[in-house]
Amino acid sequence: MFEVFGVPSQALFGQLLLGLINGSFYALLSLGLAVIFGMLNIINFSHGAQYMMGAFAAYLLLQRAGIGYWGALVVAPLAIGATGIIVERLFLQHLRKLDPLYGLLLTFGLALVIEGLFRNAYGSSGLPYQVPAALQGGRNLGFMFLPNYRAWVIVFSLAVCLATWFAIERTRLGSYLRAATENPVLVRAFGINVPRMVTLTYGFGVALAALAGVMAAPIYNVSPQMGSDLIIVVFAVVVIGGMGSIMGAIVTGFALGIVEGLTKVFYPEASNTVIFVIMAVVLLLRPAGLFGRRA
Amino acid sequence: MKFTGTLAFAAAALIGTVAAAQALDDDVVKIGVLSDMSSLYSDIGGAGSVAAAKLAVEDFNPAAHGMKVEVVSADHQNKPDIGANIARQWYDVDHVDVIVDVPTSSVALAVSEVTREKNKVFLVSGAASSDLTGPKCSTNTVHWTYDTWMLANGTGKAVVKTGGDTWFFLTADYAFGKALERDTTAVVEANGGKVLGHVQHPLNNSDFSSFLLQAQSSKAKIVGLANAGGDTINAIKQGAEFGITAGGQHFAGLLVFINDIEALGLKTAQGLVLTETWYWDMTDANRAFTKRWQPGAARSGKFPSMVPAGVYSAVTHYLKAVAELKSDTDGKAVVARMKEMPTDDPLFGKGSVRADGRKIHDAYLFEVKAPDESKYPGDDYKLRATIPAAEAFRPLKDGGCPLVGG
Repeated sequence: MFEVFGVPSQALFGQLLLGLINGSFYALLSLGLAVIFGMLNIINFSHGAQYMMGAFAAYLLLQRAGIGYWGALVVAPLAIGATGIIVERLFLQHLRKLDPLYGLLLTFGLALVIEGLFRNAYGSSGLPYQVPAALQGGRNLGFMFLPNYRAWVIVFSLAVCLATWFAIERTRLGSYLRAATENPVLVRAFGINVPRMVTLTYGFGVALAALAGVMAAPIYNVSPQMGSDLIIVVFAVVVIGGMGSIMGAIVTGFALGIVEGLTKVFYPEASNTVIFVIMAVVLLLRPAGLFGRRA
Repeated sequence: MKFTGTLAFAAAALIGTVAAAQALDDDVVKIGVLSDMSSLYSDIGGAGSVAAAKLAVEDFNPAAHGMKVEVVSADHQNKPDIGANIARQWYDVDHVDVIVDVPTSSVALAVSEVTREKNKVFLVSGAASSDLTGPKCSTNTVHWTYDTWMLANGTGKAVVKTGGDTWFFLTADYAFGKALERDTTAVVEANGGKVLGHVQHPLNNSDFSSFLLQAQSSKAKIVGLANAGGDTINAIKQGAEFGITAGGQHFAGLLVFINDIEALGLKTAQGLVLTETWYWDMTDANRAFTKRWQPGAARSGKFPSMVPAGVYSAVTHYLKAVAELKSDTDGKAVVARMKEMPTDDPLFGKGSVRADGRKIHDAYLFEVKAPDESKYPGDDYKLRATIPAAEAFRPLKDGGCPLVGG
């Protein structure tokens, strides 16, 4: 085995793969944010709380209704997405004509309220959730032990990301959506119900967060603050990728996962700072982000 | 919280004007429970500590001693500046006589300073740093439940003795984690073990997989977790996933509360060795306390850790000392009296408070049960060893506390 900067290549490959796995969570979450920002012009600060709600929904479905992981993967995003739709109808639609800052403040406040309610009801130390039986165990790849569940996470989130990108950038429905963002009045004139489309888009973005939450439940501690730990990083990912760029969010999510993974080998103490350093550099050199549309 | 605070303040102000000259300043012994009420450690102390303090007051029966006792509480948000400000306000304006609990070592150290300055009393239950009775010890502070030295000594020694002689540390990158690693390394090496390496991870790190991989390739028999709360839970949860335990390595959780075990589930946590000074299911008295403690919004179905139990025990001893002195005005005198009197309460039994402010009692080495060994909710631990009070805590002479003469 050869070495890279004193680190055995074996360890390096392992870390690269792990980075990719973490990156898939970043990608899924930043994708939701990018969709919401791109279509609604709202900076959804409650995304972390909605991710947390997804994980809690998985726990509650198992405890109260006996619905396991696979069921939760479908039911939880639908349920949490529905709460997103209610939020959009009740609050966000009234902010559409205002500065995006108002949306940011509102969703930030919502996130605090949601987190507080969950802490009050379930305490702060967290709830147990197991890896589904079918995905327990793992395989030895020679350079590392890869748990089956992590392999599933990477494959599944990649599939969801690409499907979302395809739906928005390559289908007729997606083109309506993009057109509605550019010029809602004109699109309405063609007989398309723009407000409903916007509502559903927000619901979809929230559902993506909840889906990431369900996928995180077996490996991260399911606790009310799990979202706020992650959301700041995800925002950095979106900023680096370029606000509103779908492909940008996906690619940057995976790439930054890898960068973070490598930092954990060479200088672990900096591993949760490195993303922000990159963000600062990107903002200086390309203020619109790596994949931003507005130059 | 704010409302009760204002109310208590108004009441204190009223009483204060009438009875300022009496021995118990303002005629009321006022206990302030300062804890994390809204974040990471709120399950360990928080409202549970307030409930425990109230139970202690109830059992003490102040009326029978001709005393009036009040309990107030506040949230320090794990920030030393906020904690110190609340302490000042409580002592200066609200006539609080004693502050209890205060998880998070940095906040506890700040409150200890304020307490000394104002000559009040500080009873620590939630905070871990052994510096509170070491270089930073105070005539006005008693450290009740546990500390980093005792955790390191209990778990570290037991693990090395049972064959876990090579260690790799996953350490939270801040004062508490480093102190815990330092104390444990000393114990491991003193008992003939070896530390093969360590990695310092950021606080509130959600993904541990790459650190676990490093621990795995170190081939150490024991992966020591010098962290707490969510970090410990995530490390153990993901360790199971990455086959750390299946590969023959073991975790040693250096600060693990029963709340963490409940969050992990026995399936994941089984076999984990840990040290605590109190377990709810050890005696009838403990079980009775748990039954009285549980009613309450977020506490039904949960179990008290050693922290609320320590609050109960500390408040009980404090009230006894005040009753004997018939005065709560001079904090230094109250603490001196607490050190003279032997301690005795239903939860921690008989014990004593040392010259450096360290409360001395037995510690217990527990092993987490497998799911099929657990018969009812909360039936999580089996006792592996009892560490006698005399050995459980750092010897008086080693602490470097200036209060210890000679």
